[in-house]
Amino acid sequence: MSKKLLLEHIDVPGINTYEVYRQKGGYASVEKALKSMTPETIVEEVKKSGLRGRGGAGFPAGMKWSFLAKPDGVPRHLLCNADESEPGTFKDRYLMEKIPHLLIEGMIVSSFALGANVSYIYIRGEYMWVSFILERAIAEAKANGFLGKNILGSGYDLELYVQVGGGAYICGEETALIESLEGKRGNPRMKPPFPAVKGLWQRPTVVNNVETIAAVVWILNNSGEDYAKIGIGKSTGTKLISASGNIKRQGVYEIELGLPVDEFLNSDEYCGGMANGKRLKAVVPGGSSVPILPAELFYKTANGDARLMSYESLADGGFATGSMLGSGGFVVYDEDACIVRNTWNFTRFYNHESCGQCSPCREGTGWMLKVLNKLEHGQGSMEDIDLLWDIQRRIEGNTICPLGDAAAWPVAAAIRHFREEFEWHVKNPKLCMERNYGLLESTKKFELVS
Amino acid sequence: MALIKVTIDGIETQVEEGTSILNAARSIGGKIVPPAMCYYSSLKGSGGKCRTCLVKVTQGSEKDPRPMPKLVASCSTNVMDGMVVENTASQDVIDARKSIVEMLLVNHPLDCPVCDQAGECSLQDLSYEHGLSTTRYEFERRKFDPIDIGDHIKLHMNRCILCYRCLMVGDQLTNEREHGIIGRGDHAEISTYLEKSVDNEFSGNVIDVCPVGALTDRTFRFKSRVWFSKPLNAHRECTTDKCSGKSVLWMSDNDVLRVTARKDQNNEVKEFICNTCRFDKKDVKDWVIEGPAHISRDSVISQNHYELPITHKYKALENTAKPQ
Ligand SMILES: Cc1cc2nc3c(=O)[nH]c(=O)nc-3n(C[C@H](O)[C@H](O)[C@H](O)COP(=O)(O)O)c2cc1C
Ligand code: SF4
Ligand code: FES
Repeated sequence: MSKKLLLEHIDVPGINTYEVYRQKGGYASVEKALKSMTPETIVEEVKKSGLRGRGGAGFPAGMKWSFLAKPDGVPRHLLCNADESEPGTFKDRYLMEKIPHLLIEGMIVSSFALGANVSYIYIRGEYMWVSFILERAIAEAKANGFLGKNILGSGYDLELYVQVGGGAYICGEETALIESLEGKRGNPRMKPPFPAVKGLWQRPTVVNNVETIAAVVWILNNSGEDYAKIGIGKSTGTKLISASGNIKRQGVYEIELGLPVDEFLNSDEYCGGMANGKRLKAVVPGGSSVPILPAELFYKTANGDARLMSYESLADGGFATGSMLGSGGFVVYDEDACIVRNTWNFTRFYNHESCGQCSPCREGTGWMLKVLNKLEHGQGSMEDIDLLWDIQRRIEGNTICPLGDAAAWPVAAAIRHFREEFEWHVKNPKLCMERNYGLLESTKKFELVS
Repeated sequence: MALIKVTIDGIETQVEEGTSILNAARSIGGKIVPPAMCYYSSLKGSGGKCRTCLVKVTQGSEKDPRPMPKLVASCSTNVMDGMVVENTASQDVIDARKSIVEMLLVNHPLDCPVCDQAGECSLQDLSYEHGLSTTRYEFERRKFDPIDIGDHIKLHMNRCILCYRCLMVGDQLTNEREHGIIGRGDHAEISTYLEKSVDNEFSGNVIDVCPVGALTDRTFRFKSRVWFSKPLNAHRECTTDKCSGKSVLWMSDNDVLRVTARKDQNNEVKEFICNTCRFDKKDVKDWVIEGPAHISRDSVISQNHYELPITHKYKALENTAKPQ
């Protein structure tokens, strides 16, 4: 068994309640932080831990915290990003649903470290029931003196609110999240200024993912150095991975970073291998935005090294032969999966979710979708494959926020690694219609709304 | 304020700190000025969206000479001391701009022959300048029915490029914005609350800031092609608070066909006018005539070849636009 820092007590009955959570040592980090640490020493510990943002980009959390501007007399805010909308990613939901107090505890110590007296958890609208779980946990924590005025007699005040979003992927982008929280349309802001200087209501703000904030609890209970000893190289600690696709055991797993991908996919402790005796075709290792890896590049890097579940190893080879750890949305495709259809499906998502501010993302995602639609339904030509490549190239790097890139990368990777499959669709129009399992109907419907 | 040095396409200039790259380029003028479809200097918070103004920063500043990793929107990136910028000098920029123009035309109906904006349309100028009169886009374009938003303004959502300028007019010139953007992505649209009319003393300015023919003047529609009318600068003592009373009258013989605010060399209005001046004062006697109006040098109408680009566009249309 590998080390569990977040999910150690996940199976304890009643761990979602304050009493049981407290019995298992919960809220100890708040006592320690407020009684024997200063905000500065906490930031130092988090820096030492090497903890990296778990929302997708992997930016070092301690470094982000130390960039927070601290002008006199201006309130600061911590926002927890629980918008979790990346296809393939469902780890934050699991954590919040099963062990909500861990997130609340993390929010308290992190807010204290940043000098925030009002903090928010921004959660996607589709997680409504989870928001109720969180609100109940907040009420319990408050009733027990861990939130509100003068927490544990330390003089530190903190109010924590849950804000439910309208269900938009783009509101997971940190500045769109801030706009949405302010009650506006969730359009990403132009940067600079960065949230660390001008965020929520133009005040210095830190936005962190649910898992990032939850990880701070263990770091404070133990130490940054201890955390850094877990994992491999600059990929310290553990990571929640949400595994889906045609595998024996789908679900959320906490792994120590550096675990070989082979072990993660095939051992019974984790995914348990491919189901129904199928062979592996490809893996999207970090959520829909990251490049897809064909089986051979999944197991081994281009240099022939065994691929590991770590930021560095998954990215080895750049976009030519590698991918990214991203948000840990691990999607497995077997030999029957159609890459063209999968790409079409992802593109449908990005087209639907683009906020529409920048012309390349707004128009490009729709254009790619229509070309993919043609290809997937046996009406494409070889030129369409090149056109598709060209469109994604014109979106990437030319937009305000990374959603444009996130829409372009999966298309680029699919063509890069599976061009024959696109060509097969062009050459076998009848066959690819037959493999459509009624999908055509839903496409027609989609054409009407777009 | 301290002056700092910036070089754009090899031309060095000095600007105040806090100036955007675009405005620094405008202070130099000429070919090196990037096109801007969404930025509007008199509207706060505008810019950053259309991406036509992308430029390459090959040297960040004197202190930190590293180039910027991606092309940046010149309208919303401020210059640093010693910054070196490439606009038309960079092939990357030229390519990216071509891409953006193509993207902007993806859902554009290319209905210039029946569009009131033809001849003074920024998108027409832009595509003309970049040699693109069509896209490789072969699918049905998004379609909306034109709607009247109030007595004076027509909305052709098909032509909209979602620059957000009209929203900023609503926020910054009128007391209460009565229209907004609903939906996301390429299915977003400008709309009023349940087709409520946009009716406010300054709402007519949305027509002037619209870079395309999405918002047009209902009191002028189809009266004449812009290039057949003669623009005259005129003013009147307007009693509306904050109205400049400085207008352009678009004349045909002695008839005032249309009244607009005045645009500067960057095709922007600096002094807005009220709806009374714009829609109700259609008699020459209402105005003090100053003389012929100067029209932006870059615009298709002013280059004295109105017929040329327009017919060139008709041709392109015949070849490419599929009947919808
Ligand atoms: C389109 C888009 C969607 C995103 N969605 C999420 C999300 O749902 N949850 C999340 O934690 N981060 C999301 N991110 C990343 C956030 O912008 C931000 O980097 C992150 O919340 C920072 O937290 P971290 O440093 O703890 O990872 C998204 C980014 C983009 C561009
Ligand atoms: S890249 Fe797409 S989602 Fe991001 S700001 Fe631009 S249009 Fe909106
Ligand atoms: S003018 Fe700069 S992005 Fe539109």
